[in-house]
Amino acid sequence: MNTLIAIAVLGVICLLAEIFNLRKAIVPVTIVGLLAILGMTVTEFGTTGSYYNNMIKVNNFTVAFSSLFIVLTIFLVTLSHNFYQEQVTKISDFISIKLFLLAGAVSMVSFGNLAMFFLGIEVLSIALYILAGSDRLNMKSNEAGMKYFLMGSFASGIILFGIALIYGAVGSFDMDMIYEASNSATTVDWFYIGVSMITVGMLFKIATVPFHFWAPDVYEGAPALTTATMSTLAKVTAMATFFKLNVSMNGNMKFEYELVIVIVSIASMTVGNIMALRQNNIKRMLAFSGISHAGFMVMALLNLENAAGSLFYYTVAYGLAGIAAFTVIMYACKGKNNEELENFNGLGKRSPLMAMILTAALFSMAGIPIFSGFFAKFFILNNTLQAGWLILVIAGVINSMIAVYYYFKVISAMYTKEATEEAQKVPFEFYIVAVVAMGLNIAIGLFPSALMDLF
Amino acid sequence: MDVTIVLILLLIGALATYFSGNALASKVALFFSVAALGASLMILNQFNQGIDSSFSAVWMKNPNILFSLKVDGLAIAMMLLTTLLMPLIILSSFGNNFNNPKNFYALVLFMAFAMVGTFLASDGFLYYIFWELSLIPIYFIALIWGNDDMVERRKAVIKFFIYTFVGSLFMLAAFIYMYQKEGSFQLDKLYALELSSKEEFWIFMAFFMAYAIKIPLIPFHTWQANVYQKAPTVGTMLLSGIMLKMGLYSVIRWQLPIAPNAAKELQYIIIGLSIAGVIYGSIVALKQKDLKKLLAYSSLAHVGLIAAGCYTLTVDGLRGAVLQMIAHGFVIVGLFFAAEIIFRRYETRAISDMGGIRQQTPKFASMFMILVLASVALPGTFNFVGEFTVLYSLFTKNLAFAVLGGTTIILGAFYMLKMFQNVMLGETNAKPFADVNLTEGIVMVVIIGFLLFFGLFPKPIIELITPSIQEILVHIK
Repeated sequence: MNTLIAIAVLGVICLLAEIFNLRKAIVPVTIVGLLAILGMTVTEFGTTGSYYNNMIKVNNFTVAFSSLFIVLTIFLVTLSHNFYQEQVTKISDFISIKLFLLAGAVSMVSFGNLAMFFLGIEVLSIALYILAGSDRLNMKSNEAGMKYFLMGSFASGIILFGIALIYGAVGSFDMDMIYEASNSATTVDWFYIGVSMITVGMLFKIATVPFHFWAPDVYEGAPALTTATMSTLAKVTAMATFFKLNVSMNGNMKFEYELVIVIVSIASMTVGNIMALRQNNIKRMLAFSGISHAGFMVMALLNLENAAGSLFYYTVAYGLAGIAAFTVIMYACKGKNNEELENFNGLGKRSPLMAMILTAALFSMAGIPIFSGFFAKFFILNNTLQAGWLILVIAGVINSMIAVYYYFKVISAMYTKEATEEAQKVPFEFYIVAVVAMGLNIAIGLFPSALMDLF
Repeated sequence: MDVTIVLILLLIGALATYFSGNALASKVALFFSVAALGASLMILNQFNQGIDSSFSAVWMKNPNILFSLKVDGLAIAMMLLTTLLMPLIILSSFGNNFNNPKNFYALVLFMAFAMVGTFLASDGFLYYIFWELSLIPIYFIALIWGNDDMVERRKAVIKFFIYTFVGSLFMLAAFIYMYQKEGSFQLDKLYALELSSKEEFWIFMAFFMAYAIKIPLIPFHTWQANVYQKAPTVGTMLLSGIMLKMGLYSVIRWQLPIAPNAAKELQYIIIGLSIAGVIYGSIVALKQKDLKKLLAYSSLAHVGLIAAGCYTLTVDGLRGAVLQMIAHGFVIVGLFFAAEIIFRRYETRAISDMGGIRQQTPKFASMFMILVLASVALPGTFNFVGEFTVLYSLFTKNLAFAVLGGTTIILGAFYMLKMFQNVMLGETNAKPFADVNLTEGIVMVVIIGFLLFFGLFPKPIIELITPSIQEILVHIK
């Protein structure tokens, strides 16, 4: 609860800093503030609480995911300083929007009431709409913002419709009441229609097949830092929320629902990977790879009792690898209008460290051991098999094989093709973010218990 | 002192090499590889005194995974194979100039670390991690420091990576499945696991995919020749000398005892496949114009025979296989090094451009001759001990196997001696051929010495490995 308030206050401070002409202090102050909030959040671990008539509920799940969101935001804010160098007059807007986005994300995982959930999802989405279109002189960015807004608000509408139906069935927005209703035999049919509609909306936010069409276009058009935000923070948030929603309103999941999840998962993994094979733009490629990762993450829903730890591990691994990868992408594509793979030619010679980081990040996403992505896939497949879905495990394994090809396309371009241009200096912040993110990724790969035993 | 010391030395060695800078890298790498050799000899000494140097610690509680390394005769033999070959391989590269030597040697040592880990691990999950980890360094070694055209090389290397990665994912799936049944990845628990015949079949096949690609057996061998040719010689040595043996060792350590009934059922088919590989490899080797490719196909033929020995499921078959693994490891490293020595002087790998070298350097010619003879398993060399034991075990299974498998010696003699004739004999080559220098000489002499010594006196190795092979056979029976 305090986390949420503190983040919102920090966002307002950022806006005020502009008035008092303290523009230079914004990024450092935000980082320090977020670190303090992170510390505060972590100390809440192990406690549970409920605030404002059960609007917000805090438990270990909430605290763990909130901490992850804060860490990801710290990385994103650190990168902002360099990324928005040419739009320095707007830095306070950008940073405060990111903080409000974080506030939305935190309220999405800590809701105890569907109203709060919807509030969170809208705060997060609106912040993302703005960020997607924030490069306002660039046609592609405008297109991305518009597309995302139209499709996203449609999805929000469906979620809202679902919430209304659930309210009609239960007579309350409170998650505890909904939980009881979902377990009682007398629940009316439209409760399940509501659940299905919320599922559709959430699957859209996570970008799973068949609700994925927005992702490649929006990822490609949006400014790189926004793409990084969407593919790490936003995706992870939506996934955690979806998991939490299912725990409380879909506890005794019907076989048909499980079947839908299985089909969505297989379709996401397969379509995402096969489409990614043909991409020449790295942002589009990572968009499709993100779709396939979403396919992996939804597997957690099949084993609601045990999979929270695995899901958390997966999201951390994926988030950290994503941040590291996007840092290198921002460096390699700086000052260019595209993110084509040619920009990476010869990066191994131009900037060995950056090439090494991107290699490690892609290794992690491909699921090669010692990088945490491997353990993430392993844990989640293990849980899925525990739930008895052998076919899904096989599909997951086959997809891991396909994925290797396109990740390695980038890696071999970095190390074997001739560089077309001179090396640029790597900004200091990029170094820090890339190294820390990848270091954390490998550290949790070496000590997976640190995260797995949290729940 | 437990066995982790070897792993730690190699890992620290890799880091130290990376940070020591380009000028010192090769020497630091050599130092740490020798240190690792010393440590593994110490482990061997402890083992002979009856001290158990195994190591086990909890890595993760949920899922239940241990960081456990098991030391028995077989593991020690394979660890020693790696740590003995490493200094030789590193020393053999002293005549080459690599870009970024610090990265190169760090990767080489890291690969040694992963391979030793694979041989020692007794937790399925840990084993899988080491197994995969060894793939990353060789990918970069072959890709960045390889030879020939870049586009071709990239294709060959990525094919290799995807092939082996795909194969091992099947193995991972099998491990996860067994974990669901047993709740542990520990080797002894998996040995004891009761599986229905259908489950056993699929688990056996999943392991088989991983190992058949790594060894490689036909029809999964298509990556091999190209990668051997494109990789730098150090990479080829690592691949053919040690990495192939990971696959063969894993057959003995993991596949056969975990799925013994499926192994018995499929035994004849797989021995048939392996022997088909022997004949196929030998015949294709006859036709090769590139020296490295010829050696690659000869390697395919030899490992086919080793695999056939493993799948006989007899003491002799397994023992012969392990002996031949060690012998083949040394001889193939020696032969690839000889090819490299020629390349350093003539800048070619085409056999037709060579010839008449013996007139200029009789010393090198005799060393090369001994290696060629060892490779065709002439009595008196270590390869004879291994190959003969394997053939004997095949004979006990089926006469046809032994006869067909025996063609490896005949065909091997044919293509190897023909190659020797074309490369070393004939009229004196117009191009000058400098005599072998000191480091080259040391590597060759050590390899030849090893092969001859244990060819005449194989008892210590046989005594080292036999008890653990018998223990494994108990699980198979």
